[in-house]
Amino acid sequence: MTLRSDLNIIQSWVSPESQVLDLGCGQGELLSFLKQHKQCKSYGLEINPDSIVSCVEKGINVIEHDLNDGLKHFKNGSVDTVIMTQALQAVDRPDLLLEDMLRVGKEAIITFPNFGYWRTRLFLMLKGKMPMSKTLPFNWYDTPNIHMCTFQDFEKLCSEKGLHILDRTVVDKDHQESLAIRMWPNLLGEIAIYRVSR
Amino acid sequence: MPQSNSANSVGVITPQIAKFDEPLTLVSGKTLASYELTYESYGELNADKSNAILICHALSGHHHAAGFHDGDKRPGWWDACIGPGKVIDTNKFFVLSVNNLGGCHGSTGPTTTNPETGQPYGSDFPMVRVRDWVESQARLADRLGIDKFAAVIGGSLGGMQALRWSIQYPERLHYSVVIASAPKLSAQNIAFNEVARNAIMKDPEFHDGHYIVKNAIPKTGLMTARMLAHLTYLSDDAMGEKFGRDMKSDEVKYNYSPEFQVESYLHYQGEKFSTSFDANTYLLMTKALDYFDPAQYYDHDLAKCLDEATCKFLVVSFTTDWRFSPQRSEEIVDALIEADKDVTYARIESEKGHDAFLIPIPRYINVFGAYMNRVAQELKL
Repeated sequence: MTLRSDLNIIQSWVSPESQVLDLGCGQGELLSFLKQHKQCKSYGLEINPDSIVSCVEKGINVIEHDLNDGLKHFKNGSVDTVIMTQALQAVDRPDLLLEDMLRVGKEAIITFPNFGYWRTRLFLMLKGKMPMSKTLPFNWYDTPNIHMCTFQDFEKLCSEKGLHILDRTVVDKDHQESLAIRMWPNLLGEIAIYRVSR
Repeated sequence: MPQSNSANSVGVITPQIAKFDEPLTLVSGKTLASYELTYESYGELNADKSNAILICHALSGHHHAAGFHDGDKRPGWWDACIGPGKVIDTNKFFVLSVNNLGGCHGSTGPTTTNPETGQPYGSDFPMVRVRDWVESQARLADRLGIDKFAAVIGGSLGGMQALRWSIQYPERLHYSVVIASAPKLSAQNIAFNEVARNAIMKDPEFHDGHYIVKNAIPKTGLMTARMLAHLTYLSDDAMGEKFGRDMKSDEVKYNYSPEFQVESYLHYQGEKFSTSFDANTYLLMTKALDYFDPAQYYDHDLAKCLDEATCKFLVVSFTTDWRFSPQRSEEIVDALIEADKDVTYARIESEKGHDAFLIPIPRYINVFGAYMNRVAQELKL
């Protein structure tokens, strides 16, 4: 099974046989991979009915749950790693969810699109309209992405909350790294993958 | 009978009876010296007897879950989900459905003759708890040579049995499917049951539960009990959609006979039930519901209680179910997660209230069907 490249970076940060919680686990690709290749014990939270069925078909422990209700199903420190891919910007209160993730897990792995990406900045500056792209394909009025932020914004939030950034990989829309992105991540990176702890 | 010939029906079914002479000591301390269980089965038990599924029925249910009794026009109560190619696929599974002890559809219960008196048990029939039902079902499984069920499945009170199975005989099931259920009743649930019981017991025809020998039936009481309970199975929206404020005639009559369609419907449901169900069984089943609280033996810690389980779980709830709301199912889910158990949970959008668990709502069928496919796959059936 080949994994989407961003998920491949994430799985490399997960320890074998650890307890994993995936927020917005989609069709369960990552959890399925972690179960098969790293013998992880996991739960996935998902709200999309079709995705839930896909998870059931893969034998994933999927719990129907709205992330805006927090992680009340889980006790403090009950899992090793809490993962959330491309959902931080779509929840009501990303700051509270981030705290909840690190209440439940020892570590959190988070990915989100960078609103500081140069094309996004240029789109707004030249067109005077809310940016749209392959990574951000929605209109301003129907977008689920209600809390867009830049990498700098996110790192500022982590620092305000006293969270440690253990790892950061910044990639383009195809989840590839480059030297230029490493030099100017907030300008050239489209998606970031962070690993944080308390 | 065209229905029984249709490709996805289990066809004409004849109930069977298993007689047990080994005494059964109940949780209450009383003993049944002998008893009978009436049951039905659908599909074929495979050679190594690994494809058996137990269906547990709800308060007013019985063993007739699928197919047709000879001459009947209506199929069993869960025919929508049990049959060839259906969610509980009888091409893969051997499905067993038992009338619970204390019931009134064939298994030993209050209408059965008490061997000690030669009269019907009536209210002398000992109270049974969910644990007793599981025990009696396990004995039936022994009789049929089934060591371990592929799955135990139930909705509402049936879900409580599926949950109880997981901790009472953890080694005897691979999967537990708990639908529209709760880990215990709330004060409000118990209160509704008590109003129903009160209606039955205050009926002058009740005769302290020995109405059969008096050739009487506490029909009014049972009817009121059913009307009340029926309300708790429906949501406000479902009733609104079905009846609104529609009236039987355009003219207001200014009397107390049923005028609104919803009144007629409730009277019809109550009437139908009061002539087909035994009042003592109704009392007994509601008490079994009230007493159900498996966590009470584990310091009222449900996670500690469910830690006994070794099976995997599917938990399903319905958004407008206010008898056993999604929150009640989520108590089970939370405890299972805390106990590190394998659990899948779906909260199905439906306007049908508690009754939704009997209705083939597409999303419900999709997720339940996918899960049962998974069961068959993992057990290589």
